[in-house]
Amino acid sequence: MHFASWAFLLFLAVLVPVYYLVPKRIQWIVLLLANAVFVGFAGWLGAVFMTVTITTVYAASRGIDALILRQRKTLAAMKATHTKEERKKTRLRFEKRRRAVLIACLVVNFGILFVLKYGAMIGKLSAELFHTREFGADLALTMGISYYTFSSVGYLVDVNREELFAEKNPCKLALFISFFPLLVQGPITRFETVGKALLSPHVFDGRRFLSAALRIAWGFWKKLIVADRLLVAVLALCGAPGTYRGGFVLVEMLLYAACLYADFTGGIDIAIGVGELLGVTVEENFRRPYFSKSISEYWRRWHITLGEWFKRYVYYPLSVSKPMRALSKSTRRIGAGVSRRVPVYLSTILVWALTGAWHGSNLTFLIWGLLNGLVILASEELKPVYARFHARFPRLTASAFYRGLAVIRTVLLLSSLRILDCYSTVGEAFSAFGSLFTTWNWGQVAAGIPSLGLAASDYAIALMGVLLMFAVSMAQRKGAIRERIQRRGTVASVCVLLLLIGTILLFGRYGFGFDASKFVYSRF
Amino acid sequence: MRKKLLTIGGVLLCCIVFFGALYALSRLVAPKYREALIEGHLTGEYYDEETDHDVLFVGDCEVFEHFSPVVLYNEYGITSFIRGGAQQLVWHSYYMLLDALETETPKVVVFNVLALKYGAPQSEAYNRLNLDGMRWGGAKIGAIRASMTDGEDFLSYVFPLLRYHDRFDKLTAEDWRYWFSDGEPVSFKGYIMHTGVKPATKTPTPPALSDPRLPETSMAWLEKLAALCEEHGITLVLIKSPSIEPYWYPEWDAEIASFAKSRGLRYYNMMDGSETGVDLSTDTYDQGQHLNVIGAEKLTRWFGGILKEEFGLRDHRGEAAYDADYAALSVRYEAEKQRLSEGME
Amino acid sequence: MEQLLDILREMHPETDFERETRLVDDGVLASFDIVMLITRIEEEFDVVIPAKDIVPEHFNSAKALYALIERIAEQDD
Repeated sequence: MHFASWAFLLFLAVLVPVYYLVPKRIQWIVLLLANAVFVGFAGWLGAVFMTVTITTVYAASRGIDALILRQRKTLAAMKATHTKEERKKTRLRFEKRRRAVLIACLVVNFGILFVLKYGAMIGKLSAELFHTREFGADLALTMGISYYTFSSVGYLVDVNREELFAEKNPCKLALFISFFPLLVQGPITRFETVGKALLSPHVFDGRRFLSAALRIAWGFWKKLIVADRLLVAVLALCGAPGTYRGGFVLVEMLLYAACLYADFTGGIDIAIGVGELLGVTVEENFRRPYFSKSISEYWRRWHITLGEWFKRYVYYPLSVSKPMRALSKSTRRIGAGVSRRVPVYLSTILVWALTGAWHGSNLTFLIWGLLNGLVILASEELKPVYARFHARFPRLTASAFYRGLAVIRTVLLLSSLRILDCYSTVGEAFSAFGSLFTTWNWGQVAAGIPSLGLAASDYAIALMGVLLMFAVSMAQRKGAIRERIQRRGTVASVCVLLLLIGTILLFGRYGFGFDASKFVYSRF
Repeated sequence: MRKKLLTIGGVLLCCIVFFGALYALSRLVAPKYREALIEGHLTGEYYDEETDHDVLFVGDCEVFEHFSPVVLYNEYGITSFIRGGAQQLVWHSYYMLLDALETETPKVVVFNVLALKYGAPQSEAYNRLNLDGMRWGGAKIGAIRASMTDGEDFLSYVFPLLRYHDRFDKLTAEDWRYWFSDGEPVSFKGYIMHTGVKPATKTPTPPALSDPRLPETSMAWLEKLAALCEEHGITLVLIKSPSIEPYWYPEWDAEIASFAKSRGLRYYNMMDGSETGVDLSTDTYDQGQHLNVIGAEKLTRWFGGILKEEFGLRDHRGEAAYDADYAALSVRYEAEKQRLSEGME
Repeated sequence: MEQLLDILREMHPETDFERETRLVDDGVLASFDIVMLITRIEEEFDVVIPAKDIVPEHFNSAKALYALIERIAEQDD
């Protein structure tokens, strides 16, 4: 069931009234059933994988919880009778056992993800190298697996860090892992927030309902009017790397930037809006990312939950891990600067390699991730240079013009990196990017734009859409836009909502006239 | 309290304006089938009929361009209507008849068998062409469900805006002209007139049939059509109208003939010009695929004789209501013939 | 405390670390800085901040960070 389907709207239309009419104490059960229906619609294989995740994470979290309890009891009993050294030894013994449970569970869950993501690639490779039968070509990611695996693992690690008690009721854990709005495009969430919110009773609130409806409508608006429209041209450009070179690559970069933004933020708006419809607050995933002044700022504002997850569960643990610290110490004699940089450099590179791998099994994604990491490290190293420049020209660098330049530079830079996302091989991507500087074909570009599968009216509508998205982002800087609409009264909110729905119905790309396309970001 | 009422009133007003605007837009973007693709207008024209019909033709272009109800009345006094449409498949025809049975029961239903070659829905465009004009009811719902191709959804038949919203940048003068008015009919009781002459020159070279039998699904629908007629005491007559393309295989012809025999139905293959008088070197406007008005009138005269003699249909001439109806139609019919043939020169 | 402030000032000379209380939330300290900082803290204080303590609450102000360092230093088992 995709968001942009009648089935999904019907599903919501049935769920929401039932959800608010049943007694509060079984509300969560209704939601769990809804999740089951949603998962079931996507196919039995996905349901099987999800069940494995729920079962293993539940068992592991309960096991770890029991170990923590025993560890505390044992240590408390030892306090009077044993030395500090002995107690430490006991603590480490328990921690080792906890870690063993944790790792076993991670192996299973990341194993599924790995096999699904890389199975086809490994199968092909093994066929080429060892002349075995090719296998795994029919493996495909099941719905939401990248998102809920990460959320579940986060939960388990939090239990092991003693930040959470393990949920005792497996159905309640299942409710968190399978929460349906998050299975299409995320975001990745935490049990502490979403999991707890899912379990508390929710009373219908008309104002919140209208606010949620506005957000969902806006999500569909961005997706159906802007993203699905631009996607046609983007696919045409990416599909013929030999033809579309030079200036076309810049066009592709910009269209893809707009398309991806509209698609991904639109999908997240729908997911968070549906959560709000059910009274569940879900973490934000974007904070006007294209207004960032540097790539590292951009990554704090784009796909926030993924970045936070990597930071919390990979980047920091890795950079303070024993081997990393040992490595850092061992390089001290080369110089303090080097030694201090070892953890941060290695962790950054590794996290970005993993982020790339999370996005796709293609080598292009790995390179894309690594380049992101390198750009971030380089800009960190260049900070003193910038600081000197800022000190030298304080008036210029404080101006809106300079900030605007920094924003444009960042968008261009990240769009350049994203080229890797568009092509199937790294060579194609680099060659396309190179042609931007060697092939001067603006006449051809102007003549070729109308033949990318979009009519003049499509470009006009997409442009209006982009301008509206820009205006909304600008307005958001002064406060939540829906709140401001709602402050003008119910009638004003309903008007805005109907206007959004009406324009989607008229200008959206849906139905038989258009190919039904899917969210760009849901293949992860 | 007052404020609450104001809010409710405001929201209601918003909704009324919203749905009103959607309705208007929906009408605007829906194809009008008045000047281009006029076949799409045929289905709806049946509902404007003021008199009933002894004969209903159902089928594809080989009925709505090959028989002239005007001639059938003026020469034999037989009242008729053609419920045909472009590539109207057999289940379309079944539901067209079911739909007509809501308001009248003809004595004879004539079905052209060419469409039986298609056992599955062919194209979304033809579905819309034939079904959009149908009035809502069990027949339309059944027809839609039987016809939908992959990717179509039922809701877009209920709300045409969902289907045609992509036409907002392709609107023509026709769309604005017929936004809220339907205008004159495009047909003469379901007959669409062509006056050109473009003789059939080539002999068809059909590829060999991989399966000599007509598709099972379409034959099953033919069974249903026969059963429906039987149930209502209607005589079903099967015909194969003259044309050289699409090719009508002898194997198919034999299958239909044996089907007709087993059900006690009459089947007329009209492909032989020496019997009907239709001459595809003069009586076709597109090289033998469809008849022009000369051919249609010849064929109608010949078939009218059969209808009168074999099925004992009454001569309604002299009955005031029919006379008035057909007199007015004849005037329009002759004028159209004149207009079209002048346009030719 | 002064020792910690020195490290911080060395990293971001333009920031008033004695008063700032939203260092992470406002993006003054990004993940890169935090890891560098942790490495420096281990060098200078011989205190290893475990991963689970690397949360915004502990890094939003110099005061909170110093409190964290003291707490870890005092911890026994």
